[in-house]
Amino acid sequence: MNSIISLSVLGVLVLFLGILKKKTWLLPLILLGLVVSLVMTILHWNMNRSLFHNMLIIDNPGVAFSAVMIFSTFLIFMFAAQYYRKVTRPLDDIYAVMIFALVGAVLMSYFGNLIMLFIGIETLSIALYVLAGSHKEAITSNEATLKYFLLGSFLSGFLLFGIALLYGSSGSFDLYTIHAYVAQHMHEGLPPMFKAGLFLLIIGLSFKIAIAPFHFWAPDVYEGTPTLLTAFMATVVKTASVFAMYRFFSITFFGIHGVWEMTIAILAGITIVIGNVTGLYQPNLKRMLAYSSISHSGYMMLAMVAFSGGTANALLFYSVSYSIATIAAFAILILVREARGNDYFGSFNGLSRNNRIEAFTLAVAMLSLTGIPPLAGFIGKYFLFAAAIEQGWLWLVIIAIAGSAISVGYYFKPIIAMYFREDQGTILRSSRTYKVHIMVLTILILLLGVLPFLVSGLI
Amino acid sequence: MLTLILIVLPLLVSISLFFVRNERWARNLALAAALVEFGISIAALVQYFLYCHCQLLFRFEWLSGYGISLKFGMDGLSMLMTLLTTFLIPIIIYSSFTQKVARSSTFYSLIILMQAGLVGVFTAFDGMVFYIFWELTLIPAYFIAAYWGGENRIRITLKFFAYTFTGSLLMLVAIIFLYFRTPLPHSFDHIWLYANNLNPAEQVWVFLAFFIAFAIKVPVFPFHTWQPDTYVTAPYSGSMLLGGLMSKMGLFGMIRWMIPITYSVLNRTDGLFIIFPLVGIVYASLIAIRQDDLKRFVAYTSIAHLGLVAAGAMALNSQAMQGAIIQMVSHGINIVGLFIIIQYIEVRTKTTSIGELGGIALKAPRLAVIFMIILLGSVALPLTNGFVGEFLILLGLFKYYWLYAAVAGLTIIFSAVYMLWMYQRVMLGNTNAVTENFTDLSWKEMIPLIGIVIMVLWIGVAPGMFMKLAENGVGQIIGVIR
Repeated sequence: MNSIISLSVLGVLVLFLGILKKKTWLLPLILLGLVVSLVMTILHWNMNRSLFHNMLIIDNPGVAFSAVMIFSTFLIFMFAAQYYRKVTRPLDDIYAVMIFALVGAVLMSYFGNLIMLFIGIETLSIALYVLAGSHKEAITSNEATLKYFLLGSFLSGFLLFGIALLYGSSGSFDLYTIHAYVAQHMHEGLPPMFKAGLFLLIIGLSFKIAIAPFHFWAPDVYEGTPTLLTAFMATVVKTASVFAMYRFFSITFFGIHGVWEMTIAILAGITIVIGNVTGLYQPNLKRMLAYSSISHSGYMMLAMVAFSGGTANALLFYSVSYSIATIAAFAILILVREARGNDYFGSFNGLSRNNRIEAFTLAVAMLSLTGIPPLAGFIGKYFLFAAAIEQGWLWLVIIAIAGSAISVGYYFKPIIAMYFREDQGTILRSSRTYKVHIMVLTILILLLGVLPFLVSGLI
Repeated sequence: MLTLILIVLPLLVSISLFFVRNERWARNLALAAALVEFGISIAALVQYFLYCHCQLLFRFEWLSGYGISLKFGMDGLSMLMTLLTTFLIPIIIYSSFTQKVARSSTFYSLIILMQAGLVGVFTAFDGMVFYIFWELTLIPAYFIAAYWGGENRIRITLKFFAYTFTGSLLMLVAIIFLYFRTPLPHSFDHIWLYANNLNPAEQVWVFLAFFIAFAIKVPVFPFHTWQPDTYVTAPYSGSMLLGGLMSKMGLFGMIRWMIPITYSVLNRTDGLFIIFPLVGIVYASLIAIRQDDLKRFVAYTSIAHLGLVAAGAMALNSQAMQGAIIQMVSHGINIVGLFIIIQYIEVRTKTTSIGELGGIALKAPRLAVIFMIILLGSVALPLTNGFVGEFLILLGLFKYYWLYAAVAGLTIIFSAVYMLWMYQRVMLGNTNAVTENFTDLSWKEMIPLIGIVIMVLWIGVAPGMFMKLAENGVGQIIGVIR
């Protein structure tokens, strides 16, 4: 709770600083505020409280995931100074909206009531619609925000309608009450209204996570959105929505196996196949990362299918490893786009000669996303796959494994370009601090791979 | 503890090499590290014999909740493979000094990293740790071949990577699947993986996953299509690493993991899977005869020779398996020797085409003699290293089914034909414009080759120590099967 308050206050403070035109104070204040909120979040550890009649439930998985999201936001803000250094206006609005989006994400990780879930998602989404269009002069940014807004509000309708139907059949928005209702009516079969509601809810959430076949917005929106904010979308927003879905299923269907498992499994399978196969045909890194994020949502769905094996831990590790690697990739993407004006794979040619650290970071990030030991991505995949196999989802794991094999085809494109193709003399303009930041990310990826128990034993 | 040092030392050296800017320093440091590593492995060997076959175990609970522990040790099989690795790596590094290597600190760093991965693969006694090191070797191998390689390297090496990565992922599924069939609390320890209780249908699937993964790595026909191109396009050091050491990972995996875990599938299928390597022997031999490029030639002979080893490993009796282990060592030594010689020839003549060469023996008697000895080792002449292993394999195969031994025996005839014919065309006859100014080997160049020749003769004449080590390795695995 304290972290939600502190984050909201931080957002308001940022807006005030904008009014006072204190541009140089902005980023230090934000980073400090995020650290404070992170500490406050961690202080909630083992508290297990429920607030406002189960509206918010502060439990360890929720705390862990909000900590991860705050940490990811922190990492993204570290690159903000370089990304926006040519913009002269204070930018308080963009930063504040990002923080408000984070508030929505944190709400989503604590919700104990479907209404709270909806409020969280809308707080997050409305902020994102604004962020997607924040580069007002660029037509792609305008396109992105329009697409995202139209589809997003439409699919929010699905979500709300699903929640209404669930309420209609079970008589409550409260997750635990719904769980009791499901447990009671499981043997005689759930009424069609409940199933329809569940189905609509899954569709609504799938859209937010970008699960096939509701993923079509993602590549275009990712491509049009300013790159720093795309990194935010691909990591924080993804983690928040995946965990919200996980939370819904793991509480509502605790100890219950049902038809929804197969639905989720099929969605996961389709997502992995579509994400990876389509990823092969992308001409530039940003679109490729969009498809990469789609396929990774597919892998994360394995945690939902197999949640009775207690996969919150696996999902947490996966989110952390995925977020760090993706942020690292976007950090390099920002540099390349700045130096060459685009991010076609050709722009990466020979990057390793003059920019060793940058190339190495991107290579490690790509290898980690592919899932090659001993990097963090491998351990994350291993946890998820092992949980799914334990629950008897072998066929799904084989699809996931095939997807990983296919993903070599596109994750290696930037590596091949950077290391094995002819040099074009590109020199990336990254400051010393920027270099330190990306090296920190690289070390984190390696460290989590070698010492996974730093994160894996938490929840 | 020595086992752990053998893995950690190269890892540390590899990381520090990345930051060495001076290229001369880098390569000398790499060579020194490799030699130290060899010394440590000799110490491990001494310790092994002194303290009567203790396993030099190291164990650390890495992810205890998930049953993964860093468990390294050395039985006879691991010891032989580790010795092979630590013996060959300094030779590979030294032989690369003849050619100028761009960005050499990264190059040597990758070779040393590869060594860490290889020793890890050969000494891991935990299924998941084995897999992690297995994949760890792929990264340096890929980068060495793709960065320092020749024509079409990007396409060919990506094929190589995708092929082997797919195979290893299959293996990963099999290992995780096995893990959940171990008694509670689950464990990846090899003892528990061996003692699995799979039903027959599951065993077939697990077997297939292992078989494909290992067959790709060796490679066994029909999973060999990545291999000739990759060997040709990789730089010489890369080909030596791939042919001399990485291919042994596949065979090692068969003997250490696939056979003890799923031997019953091999029993039930009545040797069906031995047919693949046997076909490979005939097929690759016939192609090798027709090859003009020396590197491609060696690549195909490697498929044939390793096919015999794979057949021996799968015959499930102690002679054949012991022979397979000895032959893995011999083949590693011989193929590295052959690649070094081809490298010297290419440095001097700028060609690897058999048709363009000829008469080198007249100009370079030292090279001719050494080449001949290594060649005879490959042909498996008695008193050379190839003979010991191949003889035992054929003996074991004969016990298994005489027809298999008959087909496998063709390899001796075939290899005599293609090897000697190649030697005749390259070394004998009169010199031509290309080989006219061929200079003989300098003493500096001969150092690595002398090491190899010593090993060829040592294993050939007095294989006692190697047999003992192999016997120990085989004993445990046959013990599981019985």
